[in-house]
Amino acid sequence: MIASWFKSGTPWIWFNAAAVSACLIMIIGVLGLIIVRGIGHFWPAEVARINYQEADGQVKTLFGEIIDTSITPAAIAKTSGFKMADNEDTLVQHQVKTGNRDITGVDFRWLQERNIKDQAFPGDIMVVERREWGNFYGQLVAVKENGATLASHEQAWTVAQAKIADTLKVYSEITHLEKKEIGAINYSLEKLRLKQRKLELKNRLDDSARSAIENENAGLKTQYEQYQTQLKDLYQKVRSASLVAKTDSGAEVVIPLSKVVRIYQPNSMGLLDKVAHYFNKLGEFLTDDPREANTEGGIFPAIFGTVMMVMIMSVIVTPFGVIAAVYLREYAKQGFITRLIRIAVNNLAGVPSVVYGVFGLGFFVYILGGNIDRLFFPESSPAPVFGTPGILWASITLSLLTLPVVIVATEEGLARIPKSIREGSLALGATKLETLWRTVLPMASPAIMTGLILAVARAAGEVAPLMLVGVVKLAPTLPLDGNLPFIHLDRKFMHLGFHIYDVGFQSPNVEAARPLVYATALLLVLVIIGLNLTAIIIRNNLREKYRALEG
Amino acid sequence: MPENLAKNPTPTAVTLVAGNAYQKWRLVKDSLVRYGVIVGGLSVIVAIVLIFFYLLYVVLPLFASAKANSIAEYVLPEKTLGKTVLLETEEQNEVAARFTDTGQVVFFEVATGKTILTQGIAIPEGIHITSFAQGSDISQGGVAYGLSDGKAIVVKHQYKITYPNNQRLITPSLNYPLGQQPLVIDEAGSPLEKIAVKVESDKTILVAKIADKVHLVSFAQEKSLFANEATITRTSAVLDASAKAIVDLLIDKDDNQLYLMDNEGLLSAYDIRDKAAPKLKHQQNVIEAGQTVTSLTFLNGDISLLVGDSSGLVSQWSQVKNELKQLVFKKIRSFKVSDKAVVAVESEQRRKGFMAVDAAGTVGLYNSTAERQLIKEHIGTSQPIAAVLSPRSNRLLLETGDEKIHVWNVDNEHPEVSIKSLWQKVWYESYPKPDYIWQSSSASNDFEPKYSLVPLVFGTLKAAFYAMLVAMPLALMGAIYTAYFMAPQMRQVVKPAIELMGALPTVILGFLAGLWLAPFIEKHLAGLFLSLISLPIAVLLFAFLWQFLPKTLRQKIPEGWDAAILMPVIVIVSWLAFTISVPLEAYLFHGSLRDWFSHEFGIGYDQRNALIVGIAMGFAVIPTIFSIAEDAIFSVPKHLTVGSLALGATTWQTMTKVVLLTASPGIFSAVMIGLGRAVGETMIVLMATGNTPVMDFSVFQGLRTLAANVAVEMPESEVDSTHYRVLFLTALVLFIFTFVFNTLAEVIRQRLREKYSSL
Repeated sequence: MIASWFKSGTPWIWFNAAAVSACLIMIIGVLGLIIVRGIGHFWPAEVARINYQEADGQVKTLFGEIIDTSITPAAIAKTSGFKMADNEDTLVQHQVKTGNRDITGVDFRWLQERNIKDQAFPGDIMVVERREWGNFYGQLVAVKENGATLASHEQAWTVAQAKIADTLKVYSEITHLEKKEIGAINYSLEKLRLKQRKLELKNRLDDSARSAIENENAGLKTQYEQYQTQLKDLYQKVRSASLVAKTDSGAEVVIPLSKVVRIYQPNSMGLLDKVAHYFNKLGEFLTDDPREANTEGGIFPAIFGTVMMVMIMSVIVTPFGVIAAVYLREYAKQGFITRLIRIAVNNLAGVPSVVYGVFGLGFFVYILGGNIDRLFFPESSPAPVFGTPGILWASITLSLLTLPVVIVATEEGLARIPKSIREGSLALGATKLETLWRTVLPMASPAIMTGLILAVARAAGEVAPLMLVGVVKLAPTLPLDGNLPFIHLDRKFMHLGFHIYDVGFQSPNVEAARPLVYATALLLVLVIIGLNLTAIIIRNNLREKYRALEG
Repeated sequence: MPENLAKNPTPTAVTLVAGNAYQKWRLVKDSLVRYGVIVGGLSVIVAIVLIFFYLLYVVLPLFASAKANSIAEYVLPEKTLGKTVLLETEEQNEVAARFTDTGQVVFFEVATGKTILTQGIAIPEGIHITSFAQGSDISQGGVAYGLSDGKAIVVKHQYKITYPNNQRLITPSLNYPLGQQPLVIDEAGSPLEKIAVKVESDKTILVAKIADKVHLVSFAQEKSLFANEATITRTSAVLDASAKAIVDLLIDKDDNQLYLMDNEGLLSAYDIRDKAAPKLKHQQNVIEAGQTVTSLTFLNGDISLLVGDSSGLVSQWSQVKNELKQLVFKKIRSFKVSDKAVVAVESEQRRKGFMAVDAAGTVGLYNSTAERQLIKEHIGTSQPIAAVLSPRSNRLLLETGDEKIHVWNVDNEHPEVSIKSLWQKVWYESYPKPDYIWQSSSASNDFEPKYSLVPLVFGTLKAAFYAMLVAMPLALMGAIYTAYFMAPQMRQVVKPAIELMGALPTVILGFLAGLWLAPFIEKHLAGLFLSLISLPIAVLLFAFLWQFLPKTLRQKIPEGWDAAILMPVIVIVSWLAFTISVPLEAYLFHGSLRDWFSHEFGIGYDQRNALIVGIAMGFAVIPTIFSIAEDAIFSVPKHLTVGSLALGATTWQTMTKVVLLTASPGIFSAVMIGLGRAVGETMIVLMATGNTPVMDFSVFQGLRTLAANVAVEMPESEVDSTHYRVLFLTALVLFIFTFVFNTLAEVIRQRLREKYSSL
């Protein structure tokens, strides 16, 4: 019976089915993992007060979020050096985020459950998100301004909230001044310097030019001074107030409000508060600049850099891809040359992406960029303008990388357009170009769109070549801003994918940064899956349409 | 333009009425666009060819041979001032110095031989110079004169660069770091027969052979904070090297070791870390019987010694630990210069290379790591007197017996690279035996770069192998099922879903592999193995029991949805396996499986290892293989399968005997393309392995691949340096590798498409 069952081949079919199931489970698992971890990041977790017996027998109070639990069998725990009693089967440990890195030196601790004396979630535990040193956990004691106590105990909380709102407002003014106004002045000063140097190089720096430049320079400098005094005032305002808080060990610490981003008491928040907090954090994540070596705050520059790079890339790759596809389908005789081109297209698709990075760095950056600098920007030497990795070279490199995607998709679209349509157009007296431009390409435009979307999805997730041709950990300025000529193609930029790599693997405090990486990964996955699904839907619609046409 | 129109192969109705300008313009546009499109289409080929040739263009200089050509020849400047004992040049190759046996230093222009400055060393009346030596760490520029009254003078030659009128001006000068007064080496006042010196900013060590003794004297300078005067403390010791005819002395750059060479080729190493009590460490004969040592010098870095002998051989000796963990001298390699005696060996100052000159004026340039002879030229017509290689190793000066100086330009950019240094075992300095090592850069000048590509290629293949081990069965079996057995409605969902898996950015897969999967597997290694064993059994069992289920229940699930039913089975079984494995592991292995492996078999466990890479990269490769293989199987013409079934074959028989055979080229090309992808994948390996270039077959050890290596090191490598070009070489290797696989796969697929259409 079993033998005949095996002979029938049924088990093998089941095995094949199991392979498909395994693949599906893997993809669902990966997506699920990213979604669950990524979504949870912004939810305010409850902070526990734990009375914990340390190894020396002392009982200490700890504040922290319990973020992970591990259960180890007694035998394994023993080999890793834990003392286990005979009646204990397992060792249960909780990972607790205790924050206060500036005070204790560590963010996380593993606590053994058997040593936890008791555990509670008192409502008055406060979480302070700071600009430096990560989160602070403690109890609010008082709010002070210029040394005088404004409020203490019960009233302190509301006063603190109000004060923080004020401080944040001033802070945003400061950022505006520093980034926008002073940034613009610095940019103009640099431009002036280059202008002067350029004239010098051309030997046309006469007295009138020199005095004009100096005048302008002086004007900018006075403006700069003005902003500096403004800034000084603002900073004074921000620095005046502070919070006094008690840590888990009972010590009182002073936290200047200028270092505080937000405070909240997660244990006494209602569901609505938590939802509001969630969206508040989500908004910050999407629109703010990163803090603390990218491990906190937002990822706006990375989103911006990715989008801009992808847009420049699209502008470059679409015409080339479409022309190549049109050649293959509409102009070329199918034969040796088209075969060769198809091999080339497949190779372009198959060459490891890092090789494109190497090529981009050597050819675009050093050869093209170096020569552009020599010809057009001799004044800024020895500092390179285009002779260094930047967003333009990254975009061009990636357009080379995604070219096959556009070609293949467009070609498929062209192939589906019934011959009768072209013949009809030609028969009515149109030239080949007119046929192409007026009938074929418009009909193929959804296919071109598909190709472009897939190319964008590919480019958005590609990291290896970008590491060589223009992506940086932290870009001081965006490649698009209010200073002429607005688009700065020579600047370096931040990228979502690289952000994940950098924060997840290069940052000093990987453990603390991990939730943020999951959130970033989720964003990237959503964007890419969204793009891909759109492409698939467009393609399917297109197929339906042509099927109808043929019928 | 009309000629162009005539060539237009697709004449349209328009040609007939092309009378007016507008019509003409239409046709002109049409043909312009035609050529534009043709150019555009061909540019794809141009792009791929450009990439290849550009990479090649960067790589080729690595293998270009070094060149040397004579640029000047002139009479020895100030030849009346005595015989040359040392020639030196400075960094910019503008000024050279000639030290004579009478204590004169002649600075002259390298290009013309014109004397710039002549300075004499202040030697007391009635005393003469008995020995001379160049100080170790040549870049310090120190030299020492041994005098006939048991004293020595230490002098530094220096070059100050100034830019008056935007022109570079190099001014040579001499200075005395320990003062102009001769230093007492031997209190008895016997002449110093041989001398060696090491000059540092705050310490100077002199070693001298006096009669049958070797004296070691060190002067430590201590500058007090306020006074300009430095107090000098003198420490001295006498080595028990008596009765040996010492011909050469050398102090290494950390002044830890002193090497003495006697006339019979016996090399002794002394530990001189304690300057007051030097100890003999070991000694050994380094030369063949009947030969004599003619030259002894350090290779850059002062780890290896270069011994030139009378048979024209230069051999590199290094201290290596033997089986008994004792340090002994080992001959690392040797270079045959000619049959004449070697008269001078000069090390490069920034690389592991050297220049050797034989008695007949043959000059050879060698690199020790690459074991390469780079240049061999015959210079001059008479016996060479002195030779020097400039600090940047791009100029060489040779003085010959006919009182001439020959200046040669040396073009030797990448001596470290040879086929041997890239692909074979190389005996690096301070290593006990030849090995494959990749270690490209370091901060210091005297670092020996190790450019063996073998560990990287090994890592690449290892990662690809494990990835294919995971991906191939899953993807191919999945493709077979999806294309042939699966219900069409389910296929419509499954195929895009798996293809979507391919669209996931690899940086996310790498991040999950490195930060989630690696710690998870480290903890649940036993669970992984248990589920690998239990899953097939569970599937088989489930399939077997399935046929005994009541028909009514079975018929509720339409045919071709087996994969969907299996999903909960797989999830539950693997969950069970992972849960049970924890206590099971503790019970069976008395601890974790990892520890058991390392105790029982000595297999270490890296958290980020080849297993993790295999799983993560397998995940990335599955969609590629799946998609192409599925297409190939799905497009097998229906009449073939229908015919087979009609002849009474079962579906499985049809599958294996008809469908798979027909589609096998397509499946093969799917595997090729998958392999190409696995070889070139960067981010996953970068994040999921420790990136250590080790050569270890163990699945629990990390690795470094070619692609990850490029991503890690490229941003830091200096443009056009050897390192940069070697990285381009690895990119080229990757390019060629994937090019071969992809072209092969594409040609096979094109053939297959033709075959299908003819069927």
